[in-house]
Amino acid sequence: MKTNQLNTIYIMWLRQIKRYWRSKSRIIGSIGQPLLFLVAMGFGLGPMYAKAGGGSYLDFLSPGIIGQAILFMAVFNGVELIWDRQFGFLKETLVAPVSRLEIVLGRVLGGTTISVFQGIIVFFLTLILGFRPQNLALLPLSLVFMFLIALFYTTLGTAIASLMEDFHGFQLIMNFLVMPTFFLSGALFPLDNTASVLTTIAKFNPLTYGIDGLRQTLANTAVFNLSLDILVLTVLSGILLMVSSYLFSKIEA
Amino acid sequence: MAIIKVLNLTKKFHHTLAVDNLSFSVKKGEVFAFLGPNGAGKTTTIRMLTTLLKPTSGKISINSFDPLTQKDQVRKSFGIVFQDSSLDEELTALENMEFHAVLYQLDRQTRRQRIEGLLKIVDLWDRRNDLVKTYSGGMRRRLEIARGLLHHPTIFFLDEPTLGLDPQTRNTIWEQISQLNRKYRTTIFFSTHYLEEAEKMASRIAIIDHGQIVALGTARELKTQTKTKSLEAAYLKITGKHIREESADHLAQMRLRMGHHKKR
Repeated sequence: MKTNQLNTIYIMWLRQIKRYWRSKSRIIGSIGQPLLFLVAMGFGLGPMYAKAGGGSYLDFLSPGIIGQAILFMAVFNGVELIWDRQFGFLKETLVAPVSRLEIVLGRVLGGTTISVFQGIIVFFLTLILGFRPQNLALLPLSLVFMFLIALFYTTLGTAIASLMEDFHGFQLIMNFLVMPTFFLSGALFPLDNTASVLTTIAKFNPLTYGIDGLRQTLANTAVFNLSLDILVLTVLSGILLMVSSYLFSKIEA
Repeated sequence: MAIIKVLNLTKKFHHTLAVDNLSFSVKKGEVFAFLGPNGAGKTTTIRMLTTLLKPTSGKISINSFDPLTQKDQVRKSFGIVFQDSSLDEELTALENMEFHAVLYQLDRQTRRQRIEGLLKIVDLWDRRNDLVKTYSGGMRRRLEIARGLLHHPTIFFLDEPTLGLDPQTRNTIWEQISQLNRKYRTTIFFSTHYLEEAEKMASRIAIIDHGQIVALGTARELKTQTKTKSLEAAYLKITGKHIREESADHLAQMRLRMGHHKKR
């Protein structure tokens, strides 16, 4: 890549980071939901889970909630494109003499960075609540999974936002995409001993592979092979990135 | 030499004809005013000239490049101030300028010099580190003008640049624009509803209605043609006295609704 292209990606990335860093209320607000899940479910269902012979529920749940936090943040960051459209800033980028792929890449990497950061915050939150990772040497690999989840869902959010004209569809995305993705991903319950329909559905859910990867590297329990997890997320992200930059290039303003 | 050439330009949205077989050209260094009632097709035309919208048919040449096939060359050739703000409010003025400069591939040295120079011209240098959301309407518009000129465009499009501003601010803005026009021979293409601005600033005026050019010439020519004493009288004679209801598009409607909820 030429310096110019990298500069474009960098400045798009930097803008996202600056905007995120300046909205402290957003950072604090986005910790609320994962915290609620951890406390209510972790401590509420924990004793039952232990009684049924599952071991520590918090250990099981924590990687799932880290994944949840990243998912929400990533989709939101992608969909933020609609915000830019609404406040006019999108036009400034659309008339710039740079390729649409660079714009999308910069945006997506910005959103991805923020979402990974969010995942790290929630990781520290789980530590405070009593979660202990099994093997510290695997933490870098956990970061890789945080990155892949963030990348995939920021790209997905961007692709969807490129098709949307306004915010009316946002609630729809939350209810019919983000929520089901979260609940049917194995974030909250083990997939190996639930009804087979649920397992089948979960297998078609990209987040399942992300959370499986997080759980293997953080809590040492697994459903799939680690390399399968990485492969699925990388391939899907790559395809989606192409789709997303195509859809973005079709935006007329 | 014509820097903007438009030939039989047409844009259809579903069944409405927004721009209807438009042809005109603008000379290099000219200050060209684009007048017309709401919904006449001014903004749609500007959007097509600036690569934001694909024409249904017709030919455009911007600085001898084609907006359909040579997008990047066209994009480097012009600067633009849109009708609505296109600044990032969560960034400072300086950051908005930096962002633009990087997208237009200016090196660090040039970037610094030009940003300082332009922000001083539009009188915002002292406020450069303030977030744009703390700016007034006039300050925002001045910042957009400075930003649009950062890459030294050959053509500068301004879509109603002085809308909603007080006479002092309007006056300052026009002084700055005409200074730039003289200094760099930048071609100015602007739309406005303030007829006195068009009369004072423009070398030629095009009046567009129902997507077509209904009159084109100097202010004096338009007055002579219509046998009227003022440009306003000429304008009303040409376009009629009916009030036009602009059918707001999706985005405009949304912006209106959002405006009510915005806490600023």
